[in-house]
Amino acid sequence: MKNPPSARSILEYGLASGNVGLVQLLGLCPLLAVSNNAVNALGLGLATLLAVTLTNTAISLLRHVTGREVRIPAFVMVIAAVVTAIELAIRAWLPGLHAVLGLFIPLIVTNCALMGRAEAFASRHDPARAALDGFSIGLGFLWVLLLIGAMRELLGEGSLFAGAGELLHLPWLEMKGGNYPGFLVAVLPMGAFLALASLIALRQAWRLRRGVAA
Amino acid sequence: MRGIAHNAVHAALRLGVVALAAVALLAGVHLLTRGPIAESERRAALQALELVMPAAQYDNDLLDDRVHVQAPAWLGLPSATVHRARLDGRPSGLVLEANAPDGYAGDIRLLIGVDAEGRILGVRVTAHAETPGLGDRIEERRSGWIRGFDSRTLDQPPPGRWKVRRDGGDFDQFAGATVTPRAVVKAVRKALQFVQRHGEAIRTAEPGATLRFDDAPAP
Repeated sequence: MKNPPSARSILEYGLASGNVGLVQLLGLCPLLAVSNNAVNALGLGLATLLAVTLTNTAISLLRHVTGREVRIPAFVMVIAAVVTAIELAIRAWLPGLHAVLGLFIPLIVTNCALMGRAEAFASRHDPARAALDGFSIGLGFLWVLLLIGAMRELLGEGSLFAGAGELLHLPWLEMKGGNYPGFLVAVLPMGAFLALASLIALRQAWRLRRGVAA
Repeated sequence: MRGIAHNAVHAALRLGVVALAAVALLAGVHLLTRGPIAESERRAALQALELVMPAAQYDNDLLDDRVHVQAPAWLGLPSATVHRARLDGRPSGLVLEANAPDGYAGDIRLLIGVDAEGRILGVRVTAHAETPGLGDRIEERRSGWIRGFDSRTLDQPPPGRWKVRRDGGDFDQFAGATVTPRAVVKAVRKALQFVQRHGEAIRTAEPGATLRFDDAPAP
């Protein structure tokens, strides 16, 4: 049996070398669809972070109950229950955010990152490590989503975190530019692909320069 | 053979335990959030109504005092909800749901507030799929265009000028998007005509009643 991974390597994997959004390219549907502005991105990123942390913890706690044969349906059930609970909570206490993100909150269930981490990590490690792994994977997804959202909103509308007060109860985040004409392409779906492609290209360029095989 | 059956039962039991845990979690969260969700939905519905019906215009429970109207030729919807505002017991206005079915990308859903004299208190677009950057300027947060309906009546502008400028009317169109504002202007005009023709029946109906109007506005 291998030694369990260190906290440092778990964090490094989720945030950088195994990043869900940038390296594994999992969960692209929400990544591309909800990154049209920074507030939506932050909202869905936080919901996903919470979801993957909780599902990882729950699955690790239940790993001796689920066994090997029926583990996949058991994971599906745990993930669906946790995400539904998060959706109910958002509807109750952040109704504005729920109105904007709508279908994308229940769709967290289908984010392959959750199932992937459940199978590859949480079902094989103790709850503390599983929770840290979920947190690190979720944070990795959050920063990529938030970066793309901020890029698209800044380019497309000249503002940053517009609507944060109404949707997240965080009015101090909002930044509005002056008279910016707007750049429509950034806000349209194409802008999401362009932003993600630029980020991936930047990462590759950086890796090539450092002499890491691409 | 016995071993396989034993394994299957065992697996089913394991799944059952997980299902029980999931049900317990969801039941708990549901109990906890049921109240706040109902409250926030009610508040959101009322906030939407208040955009087109200023709070000073009524003192009744706007959300509960409503009738269902089946008047597809007038409101563009198979069934629309109309909220009735009252001040000191007297009718002071109506909030109508309406639909402009002929937008550039299909339906444009509207909420229209009208006072007792048939004057528009406000119009808001509640849902649409118009082109971002062109047709979406009918949204209040994109441009002030939708506020151009405030204080209008069926005589102001006169009936022949309830159109966009390109068609010889009084309402601005957008550069590159005429279809969208044309559809909205038409839907608002038909809603005003509906209030003029059938407003009395709606104001006097029992709360919660369903009314049906099969006639159509003059073209």
